[in-house]
Amino acid sequence: METLWFVIVAGMLAMYVVLDGFDFGVGFLHLMVARTEVERRTVLAAIGPVWDGNEVWLIAAGGALFMAFPAAYAAGFSGFYLPLMLLLWVFILRGLSIAFRGQVTDPLWAAFWDTTFFLGSTLIAVVLGVAVGNVFRGVPLDSTGTFHIPLFATFWPGTRSGVIDAYTALVGVFTLAALGGHGGLYLAMKTDGPVQERSTQAARILWLVAGVLFLLVTWSTVHVAPELTAIAGQRPLVWILAALVVASVAMLGIGLVREQAMLAFVGSAGTLFTLLGAGAAARWPVLLRSSLGPSLSLDAFNAATSPHGLRVATIWMLVGLPLACGYYLFITRLFRGTVRLETPPVAPSLPEPADDAQALQPFPRLGQ
Amino acid sequence: MTDTLFWHRLHFGFTVTYHYLFPQLTMGLALLIVIWKLKAYRSGSALHDEAARFWARIFALAFAVGVVTGIPLEFQFGTNWSRFSHFAGGVIGQTLAMEGMFAFFLESTFLGLFLYGEKRFGPRLHLASAVALWVGSWLSGYFIIATNAFMQSPVGHTIDSAGRLQLADFWAFVLNPWAIWQYLHNMTASVVTASFVVASVGAFWSLSGRHHEHASLALRTGVIAGLVASCLMVFPTGDRQGKMVAEHQPATLASMEGLFESTPGAELAIIGQPNVQQRKLENPVVVPGLLSFLIYGSFGSTVTGLDQIPHDRWPDNIELLYYAYHVMAGLGTLFIALMALSAFQLWRGRLERSRPLLWGLMLALPFPYVATTAGWMTAELGRQPWLIYGLMRTSEGTSPRVSAGNALFTLIGFSGLYLVVGIVFLYLVGREISHGPASLRPQPRMPRTLGLAGEVR
Repeated sequence: METLWFVIVAGMLAMYVVLDGFDFGVGFLHLMVARTEVERRTVLAAIGPVWDGNEVWLIAAGGALFMAFPAAYAAGFSGFYLPLMLLLWVFILRGLSIAFRGQVTDPLWAAFWDTTFFLGSTLIAVVLGVAVGNVFRGVPLDSTGTFHIPLFATFWPGTRSGVIDAYTALVGVFTLAALGGHGGLYLAMKTDGPVQERSTQAARILWLVAGVLFLLVTWSTVHVAPELTAIAGQRPLVWILAALVVASVAMLGIGLVREQAMLAFVGSAGTLFTLLGAGAAARWPVLLRSSLGPSLSLDAFNAATSPHGLRVATIWMLVGLPLACGYYLFITRLFRGTVRLETPPVAPSLPEPADDAQALQPFPRLGQ
Repeated sequence: MTDTLFWHRLHFGFTVTYHYLFPQLTMGLALLIVIWKLKAYRSGSALHDEAARFWARIFALAFAVGVVTGIPLEFQFGTNWSRFSHFAGGVIGQTLAMEGMFAFFLESTFLGLFLYGEKRFGPRLHLASAVALWVGSWLSGYFIIATNAFMQSPVGHTIDSAGRLQLADFWAFVLNPWAIWQYLHNMTASVVTASFVVASVGAFWSLSGRHHEHASLALRTGVIAGLVASCLMVFPTGDRQGKMVAEHQPATLASMEGLFESTPGAELAIIGQPNVQQRKLENPVVVPGLLSFLIYGSFGSTVTGLDQIPHDRWPDNIELLYYAYHVMAGLGTLFIALMALSAFQLWRGRLERSRPLLWGLMLALPFPYVATTAGWMTAELGRQPWLIYGLMRTSEGTSPRVSAGNALFTLIGFSGLYLVVGIVFLYLVGREISHGPASLRPQPRMPRTLGLAGEVR
């Protein structure tokens, strides 16, 4: 039961990274691939119907972690107090930038929210990677089952390092590149014209960078968490997932070379998902690794809720998960295809009536 | 000020109070939008469709702020209240996780459809997505209330060998009687808020002589829904809620009412200032026997006063609790009066000529927010000194490794951020209201170049 919930929580988090990951990637690339007002709005329209739902995976995964492993939730969230709070602020501003941008037709207003969207998305992508880095490197969990960690302390990873050190920062940069590539492919799939060209180009470069960084990350993970790699090598599941990573990367590569955006995007999503899956499989059953000693780590067994609670939750999860996936398929099917904004036939120098120029925003003017 | 507990409490109190300003509007508005959509669907009324569209824009703004200010709350259970999460996560984690799975996915999916899809997918699917939004937001409300109800009156749990709460009876926990009445009370309150907002905007348009048809419709909908909801607030939901407090939390009831001594035929204090040091109510205006009647149905019954309760189980801010309750109850009574008067004039067809009444409706806008906030303060201050009533004290729930300085730092950050968010929100909503629904009509002069998501091929 504990293992099942370890899989559920890890799967939901991986789902979150794959889905909201492309939103962050889109935000990261936004200013570069979309230059005109129409292009910017097209890009926002591409994620418009889905970004909010993608974000729900984080909330749902958080809820599942809270329910299934309260001890890990309590220790992890209070231990990462300040970084989480800073992350929340960025989250708030970024979410509002998508919601508010289209409300007022004004270049200054749009520029402000565009920049907020870019900065917010970029920061969150890096922070997601830093978080993953911390999970692998470990935190100073002591015998009270709690820890406190500064934002930064030493450059090289060790027992006294803060949230950000050389290793976690490296994972952060890797994540930014990978999610940027992922988002680029999403745009390549959902747009056409110059935006599509630039996005494809960006995705190609970013995934290449991510590939190089990944080798570095793997190499340093072996050094930062040696026992982890030792265990991982003995687990068949890790090897299976690693093989799937390779297969996904191959798909991604073929898609990129042949310029088949859909294929490349599926490969990119598969790469992220299986990579996180392999990481989780290698780490099982550890949830929060203690850098002070393996016996102090919180794992799926010593942090879990009672088996009865987990059984009950499994039952409603069997209803909830298919529903969530069903909604998602439903909405992506409804909004399938390329997003295209028509260029206004009126001369752009004419001031547009504010009320009529809001279309295709995440929160559009309705009823035209 | 190095009291860590104080800063953690203020931190959560501030973020949750601010957050709830938004969902109370969206939950109530979701119902009204469904009503307009239904009417438009059945009768083909363009006016109702336009009203639904206009309020959907306000809904979207409030929903966006509600979502982003809601995320911190789930985090804060872990960040600021880790001992509480550790202790109770096995039980309340259930409802919080279910909220995500059953409510948020539904809401977020159909919000996109509702905002983008009218033109492309037709009226039927648009109506269905409005209904889904309403169901989703009300479900979400239930899961949160069920969580809070557990903290107010815990049921369905056991304590395991490690001293942590575990789920024992899922249905008892989810169908907590406290949750059911609190939920109904809370949801009618959100309809009150939405009705007052709609009526207030209608009154504004009417007074300023704009958007005549829409002003009438907003007034009609707001006043009728507002009257029904205001009445339901008091009876049966408020009444049952009060009786539950009397039964499960006598210390809370005594503090709410400023009742320092147990007496038969307890009087209901309408006005007065509690003096906790001297254990008396100053300058009281009271109705003899009414409190006993409201709780037990007879004027002679004895109501437990604070003297019967050990001092360490008293709520720790009796004064604020007393005022919060009185503000809520007082405003609730005024709401019924205002709405009844407006409904009477509406029925006579004179509401739009009654300028004083229109002024009243327009200026009433902030008061439902004050009342709901005061109501929640009553519930949460009344629960003190407990975090989970009778099981865990608030002082035992904080995160041991998060200092007062850290909590204050992030509280200041939230305050600044939320101030900015509030200003932008009010600016955008004000803009919508002054444009009015007519601006959503196609402009004949202007070619419709940028349609809705109809452009998505």
